[in-house]
Amino acid sequence: MTTATAPASARVTAEELAVLTKPRRGGKYWVSQIGIILGMAFIVLYCVLPFYWMIVSSLRLPTEGRDTTFWPDPVSFENYPTVFDPNNGFGRALLNSLIVSLTTTLLTLLLGILGAYALARLRFWAKGLVLSIIIACSMFPGITLLIPLFKMFTGAYSWMPINWMNTYQALIIPSLSFGLPLAVWNLTAFFRQLPVELEQAAMVDGCTPGQAFRKIILPLAAPGVFTTAIITFIAVWNEFMIALTFGTRQDMYTAVVSISKFTGAYGYDTPWGTIMAAGVLITVPLIIGVLIFQRRIVAGLTAGGVK
Amino acid sequence: MSQGTATTLAGNTPPITRKPKKNLLSDGQGTLAAILISPTMLVILFVVGIPILLSLRESVFLKATAVDPVTGLIPEGESFVGLGNFTDIFNNPQVVQGAWGPMDRLVNSFVNVTFFTVVCVVLETILGVAMALIMARAFRGKGFVRAAILIPWAIPTVVSARMWGLIFDSNGVMNAILGQKILWLADNSYSQMAIVIADVWKTAPFIGLLTLAGLQTIPADVYEAARVDGANAWQQFVRITLPMVKPALVVAVLFRTLDTMRMFDLPWAMVGPGKYYVETTSILAYVENNQLRYGSAAAYSLVLFAYIVVVAFLFVKLLGADVIGDDESRALTAQRKRQKELAKASNQKVKLARSTITSGEGQS
Repeated sequence: MTTATAPASARVTAEELAVLTKPRRGGKYWVSQIGIILGMAFIVLYCVLPFYWMIVSSLRLPTEGRDTTFWPDPVSFENYPTVFDPNNGFGRALLNSLIVSLTTTLLTLLLGILGAYALARLRFWAKGLVLSIIIACSMFPGITLLIPLFKMFTGAYSWMPINWMNTYQALIIPSLSFGLPLAVWNLTAFFRQLPVELEQAAMVDGCTPGQAFRKIILPLAAPGVFTTAIITFIAVWNEFMIALTFGTRQDMYTAVVSISKFTGAYGYDTPWGTIMAAGVLITVPLIIGVLIFQRRIVAGLTAGGVK
Repeated sequence: MSQGTATTLAGNTPPITRKPKKNLLSDGQGTLAAILISPTMLVILFVVGIPILLSLRESVFLKATAVDPVTGLIPEGESFVGLGNFTDIFNNPQVVQGAWGPMDRLVNSFVNVTFFTVVCVVLETILGVAMALIMARAFRGKGFVRAAILIPWAIPTVVSARMWGLIFDSNGVMNAILGQKILWLADNSYSQMAIVIADVWKTAPFIGLLTLAGLQTIPADVYEAARVDGANAWQQFVRITLPMVKPALVVAVLFRTLDTMRMFDLPWAMVGPGKYYVETTSILAYVENNQLRYGSAAAYSLVLFAYIVVVAFLFVKLLGADVIGDDESRALTAQRKRQKELAKASNQKVKLARSTITSGEGQS
């Protein structure tokens, strides 16, 4: 456009124009640019290298578990069938983890959605108290709860004559102690983000608060609910202390307990290859899920502000 | 909030057709809230409230292990010992040799917890903030870096413990890089360092992520104005970035601090239980519980609990961590504070109003 209206003598060529429109970038700019790129490379390497080492170590020959070459030679998948050796009971452990994590997630969502809606939208005098209790719950050291729960579930108290050792309920119910506060907290943050006008409009049109919640808020909050589900699932999947306490038989180990007790098929030496292969198997589904939903998860983590 | 206007109107013009309610300002929100919130609170009561009370009760009992000199038998059951489980560290200390010289096992674990918490959280915060600053300035590849940053967060702690266990193996890659023969995973100071490295690796990116979210809320014109006024990069960081990112950062650091204080799975799966250099109070209480010494286990866990409460309280009071983040509660607290100050100034007792900031409904 400039070239068209300018007099012929002042007309600039396309090349000159390109040079002119290019922002001036001094040495300082390039230094900072290179600094940022180096910094980002550092972050990526920092996060990925140890994980890379786990994958690479799982692909070595079982006899070369401690090898320190950067790339396995030869690449071998022998460690993976060894993971599922019947002695390890790893398949069963994966199934247990799945059962416990899914059930806990569903339960927390069911209860959490109701509670979080009340906390985000309704007005009641005890709200500050309830919020404080819930946040305090996520700060408790698990061990303080675990010792009495252990006595309760082993029938040490005469008012609770049960023995829940090595049952799923003993793994699931204590998990609610950190899963439920986490879910309520995240969901409250999500419900707060939804515009209150939507519900007001619905209620002007004759919905009760309950209907407005069911028909308007819940469908809109689905992404938030889903994110909360993922975050809770991962938190329960990674839980160690409760699973270690209440699952003492090998067929009731969860995946992380199983990997902590791995002795593998080669008893005399720590079977690092097998352990790393099991680690990859536990972690890779989580990482794939996290990468697919990364935007949501980041939003959820920052909205909740809680681990 | 949602029905505020409606009720205020109803309150102003008394309803004629409807049956008058007990409290005209109530619109039933309190009842609905109670119905919705009670299942959650019941579960919390069962899995948190009751265990804490039982823990308190447990901690003042001791299971007899010694032979009764009168009867010559080991007495059945437990006996009330008051604060005996707590004062045992002075009366008959179980001296162990950790990184900090010979001391009672509980004191040793307590010092370990403090050491890990301070070192890990300081390193994580510095690294995390640095990561966030880099990511905030990047134009391209942000999504890629964010994906990478989520990897340490998603890896279960136990898996990462085993992973670092291989890296820190005496024949492992860390020694190969350093050209040393260090026994990282034995019961020595190196194992403390290994734990710190593994913990920082897993959680610094998380702080980075939360800080980045805080950074992105700072408007660019603030920096522009500072630059016009001649502020250099360091001044901009100290005077603008840090204060504006502080609310997000303080909450993130608080949660990381409390999380590190109850650390259990990393030392357990990486170095093992019963290693005094890395034994945290959680591990100690767990080991005691496994040996069926419930009384001392509960007492130790309560010491940790009290420690965590104190630290959380200091965070909230000194650093002003706003963990709850609820506007309404915040407004109520501010109002009460104002009223108290007013009452103090006029030197008379004023009954605190419970809530006047609402548009009418408040209490039911």
